[in-house]
Amino acid sequence: MSVAVQIDRVSKGFSTYPALKGVSLSIEPGELVALLGPSGSGKTTLLRLIAGLEQADGGAITFNGIDTRRLSLRERRIGFVFQNYALFKHMTVAENIAFGLSVRPRSQRPDRQAIQKRIDDLLDLVQLGGLQQRFPAQLSGGQRQRVALARALAIEPQVLLLDEPFGALDAQVRKDLRQWLRDLHRRTGHTTLFVTHDQEEALELADRVAILNQGLIEQVGTPDQVYDHPATAFVCGFLGEANRIPVEIKNGQALFRNRPLLSLKGTNATGGAELFVRPQHLKIDSPELAALAGDVTLIRRHGAVRRAEVEVQGVDRPLEVDLASAVAPDLGERIGLRVGQGHVFAGGLTPSFN
Amino acid sequence: MASLHPAVLPHDGPKASGLTGRWQALVPFRPDSSVLPGFTLAMGLTLTALSLIVLIPLTALALKAGDLGFSGLWALLTTPRVLAALKLSFALSFAAALVNLLFGVLIAWVLVRYDFIGRKWVDAAIDLPFALPTAVAGIALSALYAPNGWIGAVLARYGIKIGYTPTGIWVALVFIGIPFVVRMVQPVLQEIESEIEEAAALLGASRFQTAMRVLLPAIAPAAFTGFTLAFARAVGEYGSVIFIAGNVPMVSEIAPLLIVIKLEQYDYSGAAGVGLLMLAGSFAIILLANAGLALWGRRHGHA
Repeated sequence: MSVAVQIDRVSKGFSTYPALKGVSLSIEPGELVALLGPSGSGKTTLLRLIAGLEQADGGAITFNGIDTRRLSLRERRIGFVFQNYALFKHMTVAENIAFGLSVRPRSQRPDRQAIQKRIDDLLDLVQLGGLQQRFPAQLSGGQRQRVALARALAIEPQVLLLDEPFGALDAQVRKDLRQWLRDLHRRTGHTTLFVTHDQEEALELADRVAILNQGLIEQVGTPDQVYDHPATAFVCGFLGEANRIPVEIKNGQALFRNRPLLSLKGTNATGGAELFVRPQHLKIDSPELAALAGDVTLIRRHGAVRRAEVEVQGVDRPLEVDLASAVAPDLGERIGLRVGQGHVFAGGLTPSFN
Repeated sequence: MASLHPAVLPHDGPKASGLTGRWQALVPFRPDSSVLPGFTLAMGLTLTALSLIVLIPLTALALKAGDLGFSGLWALLTTPRVLAALKLSFALSFAAALVNLLFGVLIAWVLVRYDFIGRKWVDAAIDLPFALPTAVAGIALSALYAPNGWIGAVLARYGIKIGYTPTGIWVALVFIGIPFVVRMVQPVLQEIESEIEEAAALLGASRFQTAMRVLLPAIAPAAFTGFTLAFARAVGEYGSVIFIAGNVPMVSEIAPLLIVIKLEQYDYSGAAGVGLLMLAGSFAIILLANAGLALWGRRHGHA
């Protein structure tokens, strides 16, 4: 049922800007892949190309080796969930779900009982039993989303595509649905791609994450791979927070104002670079010993931990430091910082970001 | 915990509603809980305007026709000439509104869905039947469709006659009614997201199935309202019709013309009587149509 999707050097330009500049990605049958990127990175365009809603300028997309250009939209059998669901407002929940089956040619159309059975099964699956006579206007956002999903699943899709599936929902519902979607995917096993700009969502949900930036894929990998070993400065900055410290690379050492900050394994590069350090990887030390020293300018709550902002001379923006324990510095206190781990990217060569 | 001070206790009673005593009884539907201000003022102005512009003239019409009495009205209705005129007016109006419905939906579709050179001009031209003095439209149409006119001459070669026949009346009624359906359907069609159609296509629907099962039901209420408006307008249309109709009693004489004829003969109550009959007919049909639409809407989720 599920197919392998092969995206081979696909490019697409719109009149004003190039949306995709030669993107390749291969997806295993039954895999759950997130397309992650900021707005304008081309992730939604890629999703629409796979669906066949847009035509690529170059490159090819294949399902199990079959070039999708030879398939009509109907033959592609794509389950697509739109960001704002695109439910048919004048149809009940049941009619919405049955739509894909009822428009089939008479010879392929299941009979009434089979369609009703399918509706019941799907409503069970998306936990909306009893709501089949409702109209979309009478449902909550989360319920509409699940109707859209059930409608997409009704045609037994080869590939399931979700465009910002949780974009329009509030935080608590998002969390619940995320969990639920992961579960659903495990049970149904459709090859699934979803687009999101929320890194937390992508990392939590997906088997693999493809990070897009300005029409190119920066990195593809499991959530652990991309988070722990970001390939580019963009990926490092986009997946979670990172402090950026200008350093000098010399003799396998990252130097900050000529004092060693971090030793780098297996690199013989030299020159200016930027060191990316996550807030949890900065440790407090005495100001005399540490290479980084500065004044605490702000302490605030950040989820489960407290976080300090430390102004360090020679670094543009205050460093964000997670405070591990009850040992917290005072506001205005001068502290030293040690780098537990970090990633070095040569400056100037990597795309800029905020 | 301090004890509740009486001043902070919620108080209701007549003071809370702003209106007291006998004044309150005058506006029975006043929604006290509404956050929108000015209900009383707005409702008052509405009723005044409605009375001055619509209700009082119609009542005057009914009173004037009342001179005839019930039996007089009945006698009027059963006069062959009156009956023929009423039948002609209502039947042709219905036929014209039907054409407007199909044609209007098509035009709205083309205007919303396709981008072509001169689209704005076509869009503006839709309103011309509204802007043109109806008599001008009537003269133009009769010049075209008369047996010696541009179109009439061509048709005459094949033995088809439109000018000065009921068909001519129908042509004029189609002309004046076309903006109603277009202007009702256009905004609704514009509001349908392209994603709705994309969703239908991905679910395997053909273009035709998408149009019939997804788009048409969505625009149906607007189209039907446009149909009702076009019909109502056509029933009362006078200026554009009389030039092309030929106005042969029993054959191509419309009811509004009959009213004018009666007025010219100083038969005021007769004219009012025909007017009242038309009013009753139109009112019944519009009421029925709206009730039907409401019922349909409730069944199809149009809240």
